[in-house]
Amino acid sequence: MEKTPDIKKIQHLYLRAGFGINYKALNESNHKSIGSLVDKLFYESKNYTGLTAVTMDLPRPKMKDLSEEEKKQVQKDTRDNGKQLKNAWLQKMEDEKGQLREKMTLFWHGHFACKINEPYLGQMLNNSMRDNAFGKFKDLLMAVSPSPAMLLFLNNEQNKKEHPNENFAREVMELFTIGRGNYTENDIKEAARAFTGWSYNLETGEFQFRPKIHDEGNKKFMGQEGNIDGEDVIDIILANKRTSVFLSRKIYKYFVNDTPDEDIVKNLADYFYSTNYNIESLMRKIYTSDWFYDEKNIGGRIKSPIELLIGINRTFNVKYEDPDVPVYLQKLMGQELFEPPNVSGWPAGKNWIDSSSLMTRMKLPSVILNGGIIDVTPKEDLAEMSEMMMAEEKIKERIQQKVKTTADWDILLSQLPKDIKIDELAGYFLQPNLPDNIKTLISNVNDGIKMVILQLISTPEYQLC
Amino acid sequence: MDRREFIRNSMLASGAFMVPSFLKPFEYLAKDAILDGYRSLVIIQLSGGNDGLNTIVPYRNDIYYNSRPKIALPQDKIIKVNDELGFNAALQPLKEIYDKGWMTIMNSVGYPNPDRSHFRAMDIWQTASSANQFLNTGWLGRYLDSDCPDCKNAYNIIEVDDTLSLAVKGEYRTGLAIKNPKQLYDATRDPFFKEMVSVYKNDHLNEDNLGYLSKTMIETYSSAEYVYETSKTYTNNVEYPDNPFAKNLKTIATFINSGLKTRVYYVSQTGFDTHVGQVNTQARLFKNYAESVSAFLKDLDKNNKLNDTLVLTFSEFGRRVAQNASNGTDHGTANNMFIYGGRLKKQGIYNAAPDLTDLDQGDLKYKLDFREVYATALHKWLGVKDSSILDPGFAGLDFIA
Repeated sequence: MEKTPDIKKIQHLYLRAGFGINYKALNESNHKSIGSLVDKLFYESKNYTGLTAVTMDLPRPKMKDLSEEEKKQVQKDTRDNGKQLKNAWLQKMEDEKGQLREKMTLFWHGHFACKINEPYLGQMLNNSMRDNAFGKFKDLLMAVSPSPAMLLFLNNEQNKKEHPNENFAREVMELFTIGRGNYTENDIKEAARAFTGWSYNLETGEFQFRPKIHDEGNKKFMGQEGNIDGEDVIDIILANKRTSVFLSRKIYKYFVNDTPDEDIVKNLADYFYSTNYNIESLMRKIYTSDWFYDEKNIGGRIKSPIELLIGINRTFNVKYEDPDVPVYLQKLMGQELFEPPNVSGWPAGKNWIDSSSLMTRMKLPSVILNGGIIDVTPKEDLAEMSEMMMAEEKIKERIQQKVKTTADWDILLSQLPKDIKIDELAGYFLQPNLPDNIKTLISNVNDGIKMVILQLISTPEYQLC
Repeated sequence: MDRREFIRNSMLASGAFMVPSFLKPFEYLAKDAILDGYRSLVIIQLSGGNDGLNTIVPYRNDIYYNSRPKIALPQDKIIKVNDELGFNAALQPLKEIYDKGWMTIMNSVGYPNPDRSHFRAMDIWQTASSANQFLNTGWLGRYLDSDCPDCKNAYNIIEVDDTLSLAVKGEYRTGLAIKNPKQLYDATRDPFFKEMVSVYKNDHLNEDNLGYLSKTMIETYSSAEYVYETSKTYTNNVEYPDNPFAKNLKTIATFINSGLKTRVYYVSQTGFDTHVGQVNTQARLFKNYAESVSAFLKDLDKNNKLNDTLVLTFSEFGRRVAQNASNGTDHGTANNMFIYGGRLKKQGIYNAAPDLTDLDQGDLKYKLDFREVYATALHKWLGVKDSSILDPGFAGLDFIA
């Protein structure tokens, strides 16, 4: 018989595997074993739907056939679609019953970082990550790598037999699979040749293999030789155990602790490899392992801005009047969905925190829940916009600074016992222990429970999970 | 082993974030550099990719005129500085600065295998990486990480903006973003924030993530006070033009003139992505830029700070030699950089004008690596040489007296 875990551990599971658990559900889970909770979480993620925010009439018209007016309209539609896509996914992560799948998709979204000015293709890519989030890693990799979004982002359309472009091959190896130090520059060159001809049709948004520009010649790649093609390259990389180590370490750092325990990473890597890279098996192993619930792994991870925002939105059922506001908040804190800073994704952990981002994060609850005003401007979307557009955006941003929201405290408050004490409240809202003098400080304010909660979630401790 | 791997592994091994031991050994250069006043470095970033060829114009070059039938600047409008090159007329105020010997112009600055994406190119410039290398720390952030005597506090690097650029974020330390010292001061004096700081101040801070958060909070609190209290001792009466960029430069001049112990200031001007109707847009931006920089340098000179200030202006890339169909230019490669200050060794034009006969698929070839310029600023201006900040292969140039 498994012993019943305590509340903190259940919260830990829900915060890491998903986006947290509400007070009522938490208390109902109290008598259940970790194993049965993990089963339940996976079960709830079985059925899901993809994002459908962006639709597109296919085939798309060619840009060069459009008039200046039509081009402008296309650009405006693209911007609007991009915004809708970001909001649709944020909403989905907040509402979706299948929390696990959304969280895993968010992980892959950073792992397979892709930033393109094509919301429709971005949505396709996001959906293929969701479809394969818990499947075999090879299926995921073979869905993501040749996706038009990724090929576009990594310039593989320029990778031709006569002029190989190494960008795509380099990222596949350095960032997606095996990591630096496990291949030679020559391996990159040969892999680039193998990937020639992987292309897409921008009018239909589909992958297209172009045999004419594919290099059929003999290649030597990581100790193998022959007429190797793109999929062969991926098979050879996956056959190398270091790929399993690289991926297991990255997953450990994201879901468990940003300081990896190399012994555990090695065990996970062996297991992942033995299951032929079955992602669900790996994640089940992590969530059901005793070490996952070790004290050092609880409450020590800095929430990403998206996790922080979703946490507040979910807890208080926040609705935004202006769809630009959630996007604006993401920008301010340094993590905007579909806009990773570069191909290596968002650097996490302490990188989320500097003086200004911390101030923003600590002010976030009051700003959102009190319909506050933010008097700071995020960095420009560099230059991708003309000066005139920037002026427009600036004016808009000034208006946006009023964060108009409706928050529903009633759902939360109706779940909490009437006479709930500061200790239990702090325990529910915060994973790390709150120093006693801060508790005293907070409970000394006689402004009612709302004010107590607001202060609890404006602490440095709330930044952690 | 590449440097990123080194930084990552060492961090895990040391487990500390305050002063990682591997950062300790660094070599001081030019001790006298620090003796004669408090030296500051000011970085001005022109975001969007400024078109260098219409900035410092090769006004006798036929290829220039033939490649840009609609947007090349006519000879008689150029403010000539030698028999090859001259300023865009909108940069008029810089001519005086140039004549005073406060300006060095570097041509064809870039790096191998240039990237034409704004984001990637900006990352490369801000992290000082190679084109195929991905770093998560900025070159100035790593300067803070090096734990030199003037890099122990967040306020040792100030970015005059609401948020921080990657350039000033290190692995262990980051600079401070301040647009308005009074505003930041007031925000940190919010009663709840203030009380929390006072509780954590007396607490033992661990070297874990919670310790890092608390430390950042306390540091923001004390830096905000230091910057506000120091800067208000100086009232800046110099006239600056009325635009946001000028306002930010004025803030920096106020900080410098008040004696703030800040080694590096970072500030940006945006809007240089001139794909369409370039000539007018660029002229408007240049007017703001040149008037503001001119006022800034004169302000520093008036306060005897010009000799202690080095200013670098860069943009993430230049633009293609040929114009496009919309009377603008598309993303290109190598570009010019401007250096300002009172101690320039080689004033005026530093190196040969861009060679328009030797292009790489219609783009300029770089002649100076931008990291050589960074190396010079680090070694000869800030007096720090550390392989964890910049690849030691970059020895630096000789433009500072």
